[in-house]
Amino acid sequence: MIKFSEEKLKEVKELISRYPEGKQKSALIPLLHMAQDEHEGWLDAPVMDYVAEILGILPIEVYEVATFYSMFNTKPVGKYLLEVCRTGPCMLNGSDEIIEYIKEKLGISEGETTADGLFTLKPAECLGACGYAPMMQLGKTYREHLTKEKIDKLIDELRGQAKN
Amino acid sequence: MGVKLLLEHDKVEGIRYYDTYRKHGGYRAAEKAFKMAPADIVEEVKKSGLRGRGGAGFPTGMKWSFLAKPEGVPRHLVCNADESEPGTFKDRYLMEFHPHLFIEGLLISSFALGSNATYVYIRGEYAWIPEILEQAIAEAKNNGWLGKNILGSGFDCEIYVHRGAGAYICGEETALIESLEGKRGNPRMKPPFPAIQGVWMRPTVVNNVETIAAVVPIINMGGDEYAKIGVGKSTGTKLLSVCGNLNKPGVYEIDMTISVEEFIYSDEYCGGIPKGKRLKACIPGGSSVPIIPANLLLKTAKGETRYMNYESLSDGGFVSGSMMGSGGFIVLDEDQCVVRHTMTLARFYNHESCGQCSPCREGTGWMYKILKNIEYGKGKMSDIDLLWDIQRKIEGNTICPLGDAAAWPVAAAIRHFRDEFEWHVKNPDESQRRNYGLAHYADPIHVAATA
Repeated sequence: MIKFSEEKLKEVKELISRYPEGKQKSALIPLLHMAQDEHEGWLDAPVMDYVAEILGILPIEVYEVATFYSMFNTKPVGKYLLEVCRTGPCMLNGSDEIIEYIKEKLGISEGETTADGLFTLKPAECLGACGYAPMMQLGKTYREHLTKEKIDKLIDELRGQAKN
Repeated sequence: MGVKLLLEHDKVEGIRYYDTYRKHGGYRAAEKAFKMAPADIVEEVKKSGLRGRGGAGFPTGMKWSFLAKPEGVPRHLVCNADESEPGTFKDRYLMEFHPHLFIEGLLISSFALGSNATYVYIRGEYAWIPEILEQAIAEAKNNGWLGKNILGSGFDCEIYVHRGAGAYICGEETALIESLEGKRGNPRMKPPFPAIQGVWMRPTVVNNVETIAAVVPIINMGGDEYAKIGVGKSTGTKLLSVCGNLNKPGVYEIDMTISVEEFIYSDEYCGGIPKGKRLKACIPGGSSVPIIPANLLLKTAKGETRYMNYESLSDGGFVSGSMMGSGGFIVLDEDQCVVRHTMTLARFYNHESCGQCSPCREGTGWMYKILKNIEYGKGKMSDIDLLWDIQRKIEGNTICPLGDAAAWPVAAAIRHFRDEFEWHVKNPDESQRRNYGLAHYADPIHVAATA
């Protein structure tokens, strides 16, 4: 369960004010992003119910949206979600090898999380970085022109970050 | 050097910020536009011949003129920044590096259409871009370009950035509208078109980012002058997102008069194919448009040079041509496997089908499954005909164009590369160790003399 801080609630209010009166449901996707950020990267029923309550809509209206969009996780994920693109242009530039390498290195399959709860590997479909392939999404950033060496460095860096 | 209108100041340090943008002629078009009547702006855009840069290529001025203007009902401009077509990343480039050009375009377009609240629907994965845009919006507002009574015109305008959450389908305008209303991205039945009943049932125009940006040079130079650039109905400049096996992938602006061959091999643009490899195939306009082999890409079936514009790329229809689409230019070199590439696209469309229409929901799953079998050496010869049959049953039988977009890549791959599919079926073991290669796909096509 989460509860937005006063500051976050102000942000929520501002978001809702961007849409016409009575159309506050339009703020649902932006609010779900906020809620997911506050809830370790995923959404469970109590969190979604909370969002429904803020917007004055039915919980089902939130569930049906949360399950439709690929960025909303309805199951727990690791601290770092590695979303590696594997569609056409990335495939042409070796994304399959990158995915295999991460699997091997972390000892997990697609969709799984490492035992220490740090990494989840999630193959993704086109993320709009085709000219900078292969690439992955990591939180709010893109990591582009991936190589095995870059993966090594990134994983080390994230492990270090998690310790601090 | 071709004409540059959108990326004219691409190399200018700090063009992302208001002061630099203004110093380089920024917001001059807005000044000019606010001295014009909104209807005259629409007229200029009509004269320019600008076609929607999102992929469909529909004339923008005409789209604008369809907007209903019932008394007392607010209307909205919604910008489609949900760029998700595989191979396409030009809108990202514009928003990330030229946010003020984009905002100036939004401002002029909002004024022309009478939109007091304009929304930019941006794909959720471009998570760092809303901040860039919001910073630029704040700068524009501080300098009097947004907010109340802009330039004393009596016109008010706010621009809001709205983040999506990962759904290709939301690039379809009615799905985008549903999503903006906080719902699943299921496309609506048409009619009514958004111009009559769009977001919140109000009249709405949905335009692509690049289309909106192009309004700035159109107002600056006038519609007639803009229309002189390019050729035929391909007026102005077009941004291309270039990817796949090329030396210089990235975003390029072209004036639609250069040949495909020059575009691929010249140093000014793609710089040829890495390691001197040969060209096998290309998807010139984003993953949904037909893939064509090298020999049909560089020259049309009639043996004429093919050019980088709407008409020339579609010369020969789907039999021997392709489409300009969104400008997502994907190149496959001689080592690539068309079967595997098609499989990844089928997986993409299967993942992205919203599930509303049965032909698309079921058909995309079947196509992926069959292509996976063929790719992994478990295919049968009859599977190729089955694939053909399925794609034909999807095309034209769905509410929105995602069905067509899923069907065309499969159809074109079989149409032009059927022997590569057959080779996979006949050589299940060998096909796991090596690819079919270039084969005859770059051989010159014999053109029969006409009577």
